[in-house]
Amino acid sequence: MSDSKRPRPQPTPETQHYWDGTRDGEFRLQRCDDCAKAYFPPRPFCPACGGRQVSVFKASGKGRLYSYVIHHRPAPGFTPPYAIAVVELEEGPRLMSNIVECPQTPEALVLDMALEVVFEKLDEQISLPVFRPAQGAVA
Amino acid sequence: MKPGSIAIVGAAETTRLGSIPDMSNIQLHADAALNALADCGLKPSDIDGVACAGETPVAIAHYLGITPRWVDGTAVGGCSFMLHVRHAAAAIAAGYCNTVLITHGEAGKSGIGLNRPPPNRTSLVGQFELPYGVYGPPSMFTIPVLRYMKTYGMTEAELAMVSVVQREWAGRNPRAAFRDPISVDDVLNSRMIAYPFRLLQCCLVTDGGGALILTSAERAKDFLTKPVYILGTGESVETPMISQMADFTSSRAFRVAGPEAFKAAGISHGDVDHLMIYDAFAHLPIYGLEDLGFVGRGEAAAFIGARHTAPGGKLPMNTNGGGLSYTHTGMYGMFALQESVRQMRGTAPAQIEGAKISVCHGVGGMFAASGTIVFTNQR
Ligand SMILES: [Zn+2]
Repeated sequence: MSDSKRPRPQPTPETQHYWDGTRDGEFRLQRCDDCAKAYFPPRPFCPACGGRQVSVFKASGKGRLYSYVIHHRPAPGFTPPYAIAVVELEEGPRLMSNIVECPQTPEALVLDMALEVVFEKLDEQISLPVFRPAQGAVA
Repeated sequence: MKPGSIAIVGAAETTRLGSIPDMSNIQLHADAALNALADCGLKPSDIDGVACAGETPVAIAHYLGITPRWVDGTAVGGCSFMLHVRHAAAAIAAGYCNTVLITHGEAGKSGIGLNRPPPNRTSLVGQFELPYGVYGPPSMFTIPVLRYMKTYGMTEAELAMVSVVQREWAGRNPRAAFRDPISVDDVLNSRMIAYPFRLLQCCLVTDGGGALILTSAERAKDFLTKPVYILGTGESVETPMISQMADFTSSRAFRVAGPEAFKAAGISHGDVDHLMIYDAFAHLPIYGLEDLGFVGRGEAAAFIGARHTAPGGKLPMNTNGGGLSYTHTGMYGMFALQESVRQMRGTAPAQIEGAKISVCHGVGGMFAASGTIVFTNQR
C-alpha cells in the first residue's frame, strides 16, 4: 500500500514519547492525573482541564473503525485505491490511520468493526501505528 | 455592533472567473478591489481599513496604495472573509476606521504567485494525518461522512441530490462554470474521488476573487449603491485536524457561529428568505442546514430531496450554483458573500423576489473554522 515516498512525521519534544513508543512496538497515550481523561494527540497537559500533571501509559491498541474514505487518486507514497480511516480507540480518543490486512473496499471496511494496532516501520526512527481487523474478533 | 449600523456599499468579483493565466494571486485581489471601488465610486485613498486572506494586509495595502489605520489578516481558510466582515463591522463601530476594504484573490487553478506553504512535518497534521495518505481537501473534508450516513441512514443517492439541485441554480447564472443539468445517476456515475465522494460532489478549482467595501450605515446613504446592512455575525473554530473533530455528524464551529449570528440579528429561521452555505463538498449544506437549526438532526438530506432549497422552494440556497457549479478558487467564502449581497441588492441572476434577509454561512479548513453573516436590505 505504501512505499518510501510516504510523508514522514517529524517528532517534536512534546510528541517524542509517542514516536519512541511506536518505534519500540508500544502504542502510548497520555492521561490526565486529575480528571483521568485519556487524550490524543500528545501534549504535556490535559486538553480537558488544563492540568499539567499527566502520565504516559501503554494503551490497549484496540479500537473500532469510526469513519473513512477510500482515496482513488494518486498520492506520494500510496497506490490507490487506499482507505484513510479514523479509528476510535478503546480508551476514547480517535486518530487517523490506515487499515491493513484488509481489502480496501466498502464491503470489507465495515464501520464499527473491531481493530487492533500493528506497526509499520518506515525507518530506524519512525514506525507508524496502523490498524488491522482484530484477530479472531467478530466484525 | 448595533444590528444594521454597518453596511456593505461596494461589492464586486474579479472581471473574469475560471482560468485566468494572465494574472497572479495578488493581481486577482487587486482586480476585485478595483472593481469594488468602482462599484461605489471610491478610490484607494478613501480606504482606511484593510482585511484579506491569502495575501497579508501589508502586501495588499502596499500594492493598492492604501494607508490603513486598521488591518485584519485573519486567515482561517475559506470563511476568513465572513470573519473579516464581522471584525470590520466591530472596528467601524468602535471608530478604529471608517471605510474597510476586504479582498480575496486566488490563483487556485493557474497557481501563479500563489502563497501556499508546503505542509510542515512537525505540525500535528504533519505528524498525525499526512503520513496516512491524506492529499488535499477531497481526501480529508470527506472523512466524517460515512459516520453521518450510518448514524442517520443517509444514502449515496440523497447525498448526490445536493449537486443536482445546485446545478439547477447554476443553470440560471450566466457566470457559472457548469450550467448543464445533471441527474443523480450522473453524479453517482462520475469518477470516484474519495469514496463515497464522486467528482460531481467536489468543488471546482478556479482562479478568481472578490472584494467588499464596508462603512457605517449613516455614511452608506451617500453612496449610489443600495446598502446591504449587517444584522448579525458569528464566528468560531474547532480543530486543524479533521480526525479530531469532536462529532463527525456535526460541526461545533457551525453550532457556535450560526446561532450567535441569529441571536445578534434578532431573527428566527422563518425570517430567512435566502441562504448561502459554503459547499466545497456536497455534504456541507447538509451539515450546515442542521447545525444552523433550519432542520432537525438527520433531516437535511430529505429536506433538500423535497426541493425546499431548489428553485421555487421555500428556502432558496446557494443560488449562484455554489462551489460545486459556480466557482471555487480555494477560499470560496467571498463568493458566497457576493451572492448574498447581490440578492439583497436585487441584482442576482437568479433573484429571489422580495428577499429581505440573507444568511451567509462559511466554513474554513476541514470543519476547522466557521463564520456566519446575516444581511438585510431593510433599515
Ligand atoms: Zn484533566
